[in-house]
Amino acid sequence: MDGREVPVPTPETKHFWDGTARGELLLQRCDSCRAVYFPPRPFCPACASRTVSVFKASGRGQLHSYTISHRDVPGYKAPYAIAVVELEEGPRLMSNIVDCPQTPEALRLDMPLEATFRQISETIWLPQFRPAGARP
Amino acid sequence: MSKHRAAIVGAAETTLMGTVPTMSQLQLHCDAALNAIADAGLTPADIDGIACAEEMPWLVAKHLGITPVWVDGTDVGGCSYIMHLSHAAAAIAAGLCTTVLITHGESGRSQVGVGPLDMKWTDMHRQFELPYGVWGPPSLFTIPVLRFMQTYGLTEEQLAMVHVVQRQWAALNPRATLRDPIDVDGVLSSRMVCYPFRKLMCCLVTDGGGALVVTSADRAKDAPGRPVYLLGSAEALEMPMISQMEDFTSSKAFRVSASRAFERAGIGHRDVDHLMIYDAFAHLPIYGLEDLGFVRPGEAGAFIAEGHTAPGGELPTNTNGGGLCYMHSGRYGMYALQEGVRQLRGTAAAQVPDAQISVVHGVGGMFGAGATAVLTNQ
Ligand SMILES: [Zn+2]
Repeated sequence: MDGREVPVPTPETKHFWDGTARGELLLQRCDSCRAVYFPPRPFCPACASRTVSVFKASGRGQLHSYTISHRDVPGYKAPYAIAVVELEEGPRLMSNIVDCPQTPEALRLDMPLEATFRQISETIWLPQFRPAGARP
Repeated sequence: MSKHRAAIVGAAETTLMGTVPTMSQLQLHCDAALNAIADAGLTPADIDGIACAEEMPWLVAKHLGITPVWVDGTDVGGCSYIMHLSHAAAAIAAGLCTTVLITHGESGRSQVGVGPLDMKWTDMHRQFELPYGVWGPPSLFTIPVLRFMQTYGLTEEQLAMVHVVQRQWAALNPRATLRDPIDVDGVLSSRMVCYPFRKLMCCLVTDGGGALVVTSADRAKDAPGRPVYLLGSAEALEMPMISQMEDFTSSKAFRVSASRAFERAGIGHRDVDHLMIYDAFAHLPIYGLEDLGFVRPGEAGAFIAEGHTAPGGELPTNTNGGGLCYMHSGRYGMYALQEGVRQLRGTAAAQVPDAQISVVHGVGGMFGAGATAVLTNQ
């Protein structure tokens, strides 16, 4: 496509990327200790149990921190924010904040966000976030 | 018999530093190694242990004509050599070898003889961070700082002061890359790289290398120079993904590593005459001062801005000018160690009078690893 970095799913992460292709953000929860975690793996990082479940997250979160890159890279025109989002369920993940000016004034820490999914290859949809209630 | 386990008896950087297109990365390792071995009054035949990062230990050993019986290829980024030093001391104490060579060489600027995959990105990074417009350390290491600024009121001016103060040290060091005086406005008018980090809040990108020769404290008595002893050390890993850092205002790897190193060395903060905190970016000394326990959380920005780490201050820090002003080839930890050794030998360009204890603290990856060495000349 445009030379951008595209995730290559592994057996342990395939369910996550299958989920984003359906417009779902999937997390995992330990059936033993109830810990919710990310990135995906078939065991619990808190208690080492292999009995874990996949569930659909709310897609809601808050802007935890970010930087605004001033360099163009394939798929991204500067300035653009590289952000870390704290999900309602607890885990954090890296993402971008879309449908929002890429400025410190518009990107306020702790602002409420909701997930949106962007197709970046034939098979991969990247989870990104936009201000809650924003019109795409 | 010395009460210490291990001593640094040879320490040297590459003869040339900065922009060195005349040497490959491998040769930077070897040039530094030959300088350090000569500094120790030894020959390669005296070396029976080897540790290095970037290049593979077997290549560096073979190139130098060494057949090591102890090997450490730990490579978790810029603090790897501090870990090597710690591991070497343990190996020597255990009788696994007698004399260890630790080498670093990196063609960070000229990229001569460098493989395509320099950084050891993990697959989790490739799947869950790299696709978001990430393009290397400036776009990753900087991410936590806005959370720190919001939590503690750290300002962009205070971030700029980290560079200003280190430029004061660099002005005293003829080998430093950036030596002209600069003020806060000068730093804040450099171009924006990754908000809120401007160019001068990011480390240099240079070529260079360094090496250490480590042996038992007993054998060190025969060394031509003044031995520098390892009083205590420790290391810790947190994560290879900045997005998964537990607390964006404090490094767990720093806290764990530093507290153990201080405990093992049996020292308190007031015993420290000289401090090196790996400064890949301007916020590193701020996190470092707090996580090592020199100041309370939220105080480091003002502590640096008030001049406490500057020439003449109570806690001389990053006295070579640091990664921001001295040099930064990619894995800077070796240069932090070299400056700690120079201060304790009394040979530093900006010498701290009568320095007896130097603490050298490094970072690996983006807050992913920490390693701390407490050095002494006593
Ligand atoms: Zn569990």
